[in-house]
Amino acid sequence: MAYGVLLSLSSFGLFLMNEDVTKGLSSLLTVLLIVVPLVSILFTTIYIFNSYEFIELLVAQPLKRSIILFGLYAGVGISLLAVFWIGIGLPAIIFDGTVVSWYFLLSGSLLTVVFVSLAFLASVVTRDKTRGIGISILLWFYFSLIFDGILLMVMFAFSDYPLEKLTILISCLNPIDLARIMVLLKMDISALMGYTGAVFNQFFGSSIGIIVSVLAMLTWVIIPIGIALRVFKEKNL
Amino acid sequence: MIQIERLYKKYGKVKALKGINLTFNLDQVVALVGPNASGKTTLIKCLLGMVIPDEGRILFDGKDIKGDVQYKKRIGYMPQIGRYPDNMLMGYLFGMMKDLGKIRLKDNFDEELIVAFHLEEMFGKPMRVLSGGTRQKVSAALAFMFNPDVIILDEPTAGLDPLASEILKQKIHKEREAGKLLIVTSHIMSEVEEIADSIAYIVEGEALFYKSIAEIKSESGEERLGKALFHLLQQ
Repeated sequence: MAYGVLLSLSSFGLFLMNEDVTKGLSSLLTVLLIVVPLVSILFTTIYIFNSYEFIELLVAQPLKRSIILFGLYAGVGISLLAVFWIGIGLPAIIFDGTVVSWYFLLSGSLLTVVFVSLAFLASVVTRDKTRGIGISILLWFYFSLIFDGILLMVMFAFSDYPLEKLTILISCLNPIDLARIMVLLKMDISALMGYTGAVFNQFFGSSIGIIVSVLAMLTWVIIPIGIALRVFKEKNL
Repeated sequence: MIQIERLYKKYGKVKALKGINLTFNLDQVVALVGPNASGKTTLIKCLLGMVIPDEGRILFDGKDIKGDVQYKKRIGYMPQIGRYPDNMLMGYLFGMMKDLGKIRLKDNFDEELIVAFHLEEMFGKPMRVLSGGTRQKVSAALAFMFNPDVIILDEPTAGLDPLASEILKQKIHKEREAGKLLIVTSHIMSEVEEIADSIAYIVEGEALFYKSIAEIKSESGEERLGKALFHLLQQ
């Protein structure tokens, strides 16, 4: 609930403050890239740990563990997505309504499910709530800040070599980067695209670039939840 | 009905179960008794497939339970501490469990305990406002609801008021009469004496002995079960 209010306040605020809708959208993008992953991963982790005993009860019922896990995933994912759509989606469509806002929503939704996936991974690898939340925050911190730092350092150190293809590969390793690129490819604000975005654009052109980034994001959904499922199946509750 | 064969389980370096062997049959109330941290709860969790043993196997009706979930249709389980989603209304919880229970039986759920504990009056309350004892009542009612052949109760009367624990004991007797298998853990010897007919004494992950209560009493020559056990363990 609070998350929904925060999102809708920030989006209405940003749209009303900026006369230019594109500007509003790009400010909102910053919020999107920082707040959505953080809230998704933290909310999910806390939710899973708080319903630990209930999960135990469900495991004692004649239900497959995979069904329990996917049921939880669907529950958390759908509620977070709904909040995101109401909080950011509605304002974005009301104020902007162009194709850009739809991409905006697509990338935000993908970002939500990716970080829900990562949260599941973080919460099945440990039994300790504090440690689980710690892992979640670290993951978020890594993807939103540290990763870019490392990337820049690598770029700087190897600036004499042609690194374009490698950069594409590397940016696929960060879902937040992918989400940013996905929106910016449609928005045509190359100044904000950053190095990876520019390379993406150059290399793929915008439509194929978007397809590639969507696929990469989906991989980011599937792999963590897949690993989480394998761990969960063998887990002692 | 249930055969436990050479079950081993380690948590890190701590050995919770060390090759335990036990057999439980229908028409029996078995009390799992033993010191704290002796492996009782781990054993129960292995039975329910919540903990996966390192070695050994558990047969349910002659079938290995590993990787199977169907056998759980015939088990009712009441955990030591029942915790439920905070915002869920009690009535909704029962409704949801009934929906889940439809894979077990069509309807005629056993709602005797819901009635006996007067839980319907609280159906509109969310689970977080309930006291520990009331949650225990909910757990108990859920364990019996699907009319299972095997009922596992982990410290059932801990936290229940005297009236409620009496109701639960009567329910246990009734199910025993109906020829079911009940597995109960408890630290209260008078209670064990009242409800169970045999005791599996578990120490450090092994079954020290597994005897009927009458046997234990006659062997030690004591009238009270607590004393009789004490005698037996002194030897």
